[in-house]
Amino acid sequence: MMRKIADIPVEKINPSIEKVLKGQGIPDQVKANKRTIDLARKALSSFMVLARPSAVTMEITGDQFKPIYAGEGLNADDTPLDDIIERADSFALFAVTIGETICAEIGRLFESGDYAQGAMLDSTASEGTELLANQVEQSHREYLLKKNRLASSHSTCQFSPGYCGWHVSAQKKLFQTLRPEEIGISLNDSFLMEPLKSISGAIIVGEREIFVFEDDFEFCVECRTRSCRDRIRAVKEK
Amino acid sequence: MEILNQISASLQEGDTAAVAKLTGQAVKQKLAPKEILDRGLIAGMNVVGQKFKSHEIFLPDVLLAAKAMYAGMDVLKPLMTGESLPTMGTVVIGTVHGDLHDIGKNLVAIMLRGAGFEVIDLGKDVPPERFVDEAEKNSAQVIGMSALLTTTMPVMEKVVELAKDRGIYGKTKIIVGGAPLSADYAEEIGADAYCFDGISAVERVKDLTGAK
Repeated sequence: MMRKIADIPVEKINPSIEKVLKGQGIPDQVKANKRTIDLARKALSSFMVLARPSAVTMEITGDQFKPIYAGEGLNADDTPLDDIIERADSFALFAVTIGETICAEIGRLFESGDYAQGAMLDSTASEGTELLANQVEQSHREYLLKKNRLASSHSTCQFSPGYCGWHVSAQKKLFQTLRPEEIGISLNDSFLMEPLKSISGAIIVGEREIFVFEDDFEFCVECRTRSCRDRIRAVKEK
Repeated sequence: MEILNQISASLQEGDTAAVAKLTGQAVKQKLAPKEILDRGLIAGMNVVGQKFKSHEIFLPDVLLAAKAMYAGMDVLKPLMTGESLPTMGTVVIGTVHGDLHDIGKNLVAIMLRGAGFEVIDLGKDVPPERFVDEAEKNSAQVIGMSALLTTTMPVMEKVVELAKDRGIYGKTKIIVGGAPLSADYAEEIGADAYCFDGISAVERVKDLTGAK
């Protein structure tokens, strides 16, 4: 099993101002006012100074992944992953974090009454963490290409416990296998990661078509993000 | 009153320095602190809330306005000798045990304070007993709970049960919020309301407490 730890240059995960503003509930078509733009620019500068992106990845076999996916037996009865796992070629676990320093700064800003700046930095940090997870997926794809293990009809897609019917309690087995504590990520009894700006999950490799599914599962009703739509779109473009 | 309109307008602009200065001037003009609070500061925040709801302004504008509101309140507080600043009611708020996400909870607390409520913020990872203890101790009208994880949502039900055991259920209203929650879940566990965001929390708390 190949396990790799890497510090990622912060320049590779620089969030766009548009995404940060979207995180504040400002739609694409709305032109933000000057003071909001100033807050966003300041948050982006702080992000570049305070973020400490690091990642751990680990390739595992399908047989190794299945018990991790099964977790504590609490997954939804019917999930898109049930089918995807059966048809996938390979699997890698991953965990990423942008570190505790930036999370502490968000807390400090709120405590000092600088709410707007704190909320803006929080959105920036969330977006940066998403970009970090995408960066790790991209690196894994490049690694597979280099090893001639990624056919042109194939791609990657990432899934995380807590989404798409994969119960968050699966974090326990994921952590036991991947050991992200080494890059400073811990898991509490509620399966919550600290630092909060961390993402864990699996990068699944397979034919592009296996990742295409409708968002009409029972649990989709409760889902606010519907981020699967973006990920499926991205799979087609990778 | 012109100066109260100016306070309201400056607050809507998120101009902290202007709000503090104008509130001081209103005090010098012998206006009653409660009048300055209601017709200047809270009136301004109400406009901010309406504009946010109709998507004329967004979260950063609301938070800048809230900061300006507090600057005005800081001027008024020392004038209330022997009593606290008049409030619309008391809300005990926190993120439930096992959960450390507090941005949403912080935003709700900021907006409730901005609407004139006294907010006792218990922070994050709050055990069920503490919500009820603090609500009893402070005669709170509302307990507000936040959770961002499906695994911590059941703590909310424990608080509801505890409120029933202690005999404050019904008298003290319970509101819940957080990404995995829904109005159905709130009803299922016996909470009085589910709040989607800070502004809806202010509206629900006003409805539940009869505050105007």
